Order: sequence, then structure tokens, then C-alpha cells
Amino acid sequence: MGYMSKVLLSAASGAAMLLGGQLGPVQAQDGKDANFVPLFTYRTGPFSGSGIPIANGMRDYLEMLNQRDGGVGGAKIVIEECETGYDTKKGLECYEAVKGRNPVMVNPWSTGITLPLIPRAAVDKIPVLSMAYGLSASADGQTFPWIFNPPNTYWDGLSVIVKHIADELGGLDKLKGKKIGYIYLDAGFGKEPIPMFEQFAKDLGFELKLYPVAATDMQNQSSQWLGVRRDKPDYMVMYGWGALNPTAIKEATRINYPMNRFISIWWPSEDDARSAGAGAKGFRELNWHGVGTDFPVLKDIQKHVVDKGLSKVAKGKEGEVLYNRGVYNSMLIAEGIRNAQKLTGKKAVTGEDVRRGLEAINLTPERLKELGMEGFTDPLKLGCADHNGHGAAFVQEWDGEKYVKIGGPIKPMEDKVGPVAAAAAKDYVEKNAGWPKRSEACDSK
Amino acid sequence: MLYNIFIDPFVQMAGAPDLLVQALWDGLVSGVLYALIALGFVLIFKASGVFNFAQGIMVVFAALTLVGLYEKGVPAWVALALTLVVMFLLAVAVERVVLRPLVNQPDIILFMATFGLTYFLIGFGELVFGGNPKAMITEQLGLPRGVIDVEMLGGRVSLQKIDIAAAIIASIMVAALAVFFQKTRIGRALRAVADSHKAALSVGISLNQIWVIVWFTAGVVALAAGIMWGARSEVSFALEIVALKALPVLVLGGFTSVPGAIVGGLIIGVGEKLGEFYWGPLVGGGIETWLAYFIALAFLLFRPQGLFGEKIIERI
Repeated sequence: MGYMSKVLLSAASGAAMLLGGQLGPVQAQDGKDANFVPLFTYRTGPFSGSGIPIANGMRDYLEMLNQRDGGVGGAKIVIEECETGYDTKKGLECYEAVKGRNPVMVNPWSTGITLPLIPRAAVDKIPVLSMAYGLSASADGQTFPWIFNPPNTYWDGLSVIVKHIADELGGLDKLKGKKIGYIYLDAGFGKEPIPMFEQFAKDLGFELKLYPVAATDMQNQSSQWLGVRRDKPDYMVMYGWGALNPTAIKEATRINYPMNRFISIWWPSEDDARSAGAGAKGFRELNWHGVGTDFPVLKDIQKHVVDKGLSKVAKGKEGEVLYNRGVYNSMLIAEGIRNAQKLTGKKAVTGEDVRRGLEAINLTPERLKELGMEGFTDPLKLGCADHNGHGAAFVQEWDGEKYVKIGGPIKPMEDKVGPVAAAAAKDYVEKNAGWPKRSEACDSK
Repeated sequence: MLYNIFIDPFVQMAGAPDLLVQALWDGLVSGVLYALIALGFVLIFKASGVFNFAQGIMVVFAALTLVGLYEKGVPAWVALALTLVVMFLLAVAVERVVLRPLVNQPDIILFMATFGLTYFLIGFGELVFGGNPKAMITEQLGLPRGVIDVEMLGGRVSLQKIDIAAAIIASIMVAALAVFFQKTRIGRALRAVADSHKAALSVGISLNQIWVIVWFTAGVVALAAGIMWGARSEVSFALEIVALKALPVLVLGGFTSVPGAIVGGLIIGVGEKLGEFYWGPLVGGGIETWLAYFIALAFLLFRPQGLFGEKIIERI
């Protein structure tokens, strides 16, 4: 795509967004049924390193469905990106711009943007898909019928990391007396797991050391890592985003921190590890889906989108971990729409329909095979009460060139996370006076 | 509590002097880089009275141009030369399109114009080179990588070779700028413009030429800062935020003083590292972001013009 085309495309989508509030529900250009899927993305700014591959993966999967199948269930998908720059204020502007145009759901791609949308979702009847991010407690579908965060919450992820560490040490009881450091983006996202982490520290007897990194200092972390040198934590856990991740990995190599004891939640990309050079070998992170293009769904994306020049992805970048994360996210969007169509008999569905469709998600092995995702990810079943699935995650390790899966699936510690999540949901309701009791019907059995 | 604030940090310093040296070194390196960025602000402020808000994005733009050209197949040293050409063209464009039409306008108008320039450079940079973070071409430019571990004071102090190079390059640049300002004809003209635009014009100094030179010099300084910061992390638009750390440096050192930028940078760099490392844990960490401003404001109470800034005396 040439520069001028990019300029015109950006200008056109910008104008569409500005006019969005005044336009009616979105229709396909040919006047046929369509479903409007706005994607809140960030291809610019300090977090673009994480935002670009995800945006590409999300867009390309939906475009593939348009090209290959004519959309979902005979209705085209109208894809529109709104640039948030990972800025909550801009994200809310994006939401205001699209909410009057019958979006079937919104994908905030920011915990900071998700949090203020939680109370609005029920009012505007627009489901929020915060895939493996956002408020962990919002997995409770009875309390948060409009919020979906499959297939894991941040608290689930933390419990998997703790379990992985415990497995290496020889059991949960071996964590007693250990020291675990937590380096994180000092924002809604990074702070989200702290209550759970503190609970784990209390229950399992390890010491927790916190190393917050402000967004303004993502590329300036020497103080935090000097603190790591002083405190000598046995393991380091990271919840980072954007420029925080590559800088942290680099800083860890600079102080010779053992990389196989440095474990991140599922966000670092290949570029994040690669930029730290050979020293990054051994760096670990969680994941729950395949990496690479050796899956039918990825082949279809290459054939119908990338090879036709319809993608913005740089050559060879399709199949990377965050690109595939975007693909997974859009697969959930499409499944939500497809289920909604089945439930209502309509081709063009509404946010209310898709909320029901998301609750009906049931990714059996057979369904995953139909989707071209056999071996790509684990089955997932959502329901009216469970908007998450709390699936297993695995640990993958950077071998200097790519991430390699190093162990089997690890289930979250539901016995530990469940009660804390339930208490958090209850606390949320108490703090938000007048929080509505669930009145939405339940289709799933 | 009082013990934790006033005694314990110093006990820690005495107990692990190697970590103290490491914190000081890290602070000095950060300080040198802050100083480099602040230098760009000072140069432009001295010559044109404009507080150039775009200096931060110039750091990103210069580094992005260098790496972007390299990614497009241009050899590293040629990319470096071409980046200098781009920064020169930018200086000419700024003088022609921004400064010249706004001459004699209030300072706030020029300041706002640099806001506009900031957003133009962000958009233009992303349009041409994309928003993807890029790895700095450290090795291709012959800059050293790796670490020198020095066993001392019963522990280890790690000196990154790139940090040593940054300190040396920054020192050379500062020295070169000092000579340029003090000993050359253009340097004297720059100082004359800084003292009084009207007086400089009356003795035949071309204001436009001086502005181009000074914006280009600021561009070169921005490129050096961009290379060094980029080598420590990556070249991304997040660098712009780091560049704003130069603001407390300016408050501290004064907007018109080159030595002030250097000393201010070092004080802020060392101060924030020591603060975060020894006092940060008392409040859960993360104080580095605002500590720099706190230090600068504390100085401001006693010297409103900054450490080396010129005292402003106005007749009423």
C-alpha cells in the first residue's frame, strides 16, 4: 500500500469516525446485511509495538472471513479501526463515536479503557470483549452480563505463573521463604493482579517485592533493576506492555538476571525478546495458543488477505505471537456473531444478540477443527455465569529466535483465585451503588 | 518512620557501597542523556527565545530516520549522513514555514507553533517509517556492546560499554558546542542573537541564517540523544516521553545556560536514581517520575532563574 493510499485510507476512516455519531447503523456497501465490528487499536505511540501486531491479527482474520466466506452467516463484517494510542481518554472518544452505529461489541484492548466501559455496557447494550485482560472479577457473568474476558483472567495467569514456579521448586510448600519480584506497568493493567499476588504471598509464605514502572519511564528502568540486584528475588514476574517489555528484558540481561526465572504474563512479542540479543535466551512467558503459520486458519489468512495485499502486516510477521493473539480475539468475535445469528435467526445482529452469542461460545475440538484451529488452542466453553472459561495456559521460552513451548498446560488455581474473584465482584457491586441485578435471559444450558 | 527516611538509606549506602556506585553511575549516564536533550532546548531558546516543545519528538524523529533508512537498505554510515541532511532540511523548513512567518509574534504563539510541529513530526514519522518500534543499529555504527564488570568495594559494578560511549560522545559534543559558541564567528553571532535580536540585526547578522544553524545544531544533538537512548532500549515513540525529562533539567539549569543543562542533567539523573533506589521502596516505588520535578521545584524556590540562568531584571 503506497503512502498516499495510507493517507487517504486514514483520512477516510478518521472522517467516518468523526461522523460516526451522526450516521445510522452500519450497512455493507452493497446494501446487504452487515455486522459492524469496531476495533480499538493503537498503531501509533509508545504502545504501538504491542498494538500493531494485535491490530493486524484482528483485522486480517475478519477480512479473511469477508474474502473467503462473504462474512459470517451471509452478512459481511464491516471492520473499522479507531486509534486509541492506548490512551483511556481517546478510547472513550472512540466508544462514543461508534456506540450509536449498532456495533455488535467493542474490543477496548486496554484495561484502562475497559474499566470505565464496564458500567456503560449494560446501559448501551454493547458487550465488551476484553480478551484475557481487563477486570479479572468481570468473569462472573451473573454480575457482569455484558463483559467477557476469555480464556483467562490476569489472576488466572498469575496463578499459573505461581504454579509453574512451584513446580520448578518441587511444590507449593517450597515457595515458603522465597522472594518473588513483580515488575509492572504502573497503570490499571499492571496493578490489576496485585491483590491476588498479595493473597498468594500471604497464603504460600513468599515475600513479594514490587517494582512499578511508570509509563513515562518505560525506557528508563535502571532504578528498578538495580532494586532487583539489591533484593535478589528468586523469581521475577512481569506484567508489561509496549516499550516496557523490551526494556525490561534488556535490563534483566544487563544485570545478568537468570532469564529462566524471569516469567511474564502473555504479552511480550518476539521483537521484545529479540531486541535484547542473545542474553534474552531462556526468557519465559505464558501463552494459550499456537505460534507460527502452520495452522489452516493462518494459511487461509495468508491466501485470502496477505497475498492479496489486503493486510497491513509486514512480510513474515504473520504467525508471530501477538498477531496470532489478534486472530484468536477475532475468532471469538466471529463465533459470538455466528451464535447470535443462530439464536435469533437474523443475519444482521445487535449487541444484545451478540451478548447472548458470546455466552453460547462452545469451542469443542470439532469446532476448532472446522475453524482451522486444530492444535492451535484448547477447547473453550462460556456460559451465563462463566464469561471466561478459566482455561489452561502453558509456558513458552525464547530460544534466541522464537518462542518454544516448554511444558504442558497448567490450569489456573481455581481454589485460590475463585474466592478472591467472587469477593472482588461482590465488592465491585457494593462500591457501585445501584448496580443492576442480572435481568438478561440465559440461553446456554 | 523517621529512621527509614533519614538513617536507613545511608546505612544501606554504607552496607553495599558497590550498589551506591552503581546507582551513581546509572544516574550519571541518565543525566548525561537528559543533558543532551536539554541542550537542544537551550540552544533554540537562546537563539530565538522559543521554547521548542518539539525537541522531544526531534529525538525520536532523528533516530527513526536513521534506523528507517537503514531498514530500507541504506548502509549505516550513509544513513547517518542522510539523517543529518534530513535534520538540516527540517531546520530550513522550520525557519521558512514556522519561524519566519511568525517573527515578532508573542513568544506564546511561537511556543504553540512548536506544539504543531510536534504533532506534524509524529504523524510524518509514522507515515514514512511506521509506528513499529525499531532496534537501534548500534553495532553497524561501530558503537560498543557488552558490559565491563568491575569488582570493587566488595561487590560488582557493571558498566555498559554503550553507556561509557554515551558519556564520551556527550562530553565531546558539549565541548565542541562550547568551542563553537565561544571561538567561532557563527558562535559569536549566535550569542549576539541570544542577547538581542534587534542589536544583532543592526550589525548585519542574518537572523534567518542563525535560526537554521541553531535548529540544525539542535537536530544533531537530538540525533545523538536518540542513538544513545535507542541503543539502551529501542527506537519508539515512547522516547518522546523520556525526552520530556529534560523539562526539570531546564528548570534546574536555566533555559539559557549550556553548563546549566549539563549540571542540571547530572543532578536530576543522579537525584532520581538515588531517590528511587533508596527512598522509593518507602512509598511502594515509582517515585522517579515526579522526583525530578520535585528536585527542580525545590531549586526554583531559591533560584527562580535556575542554577546558571540569567537573572531577569525588567524596568517597570
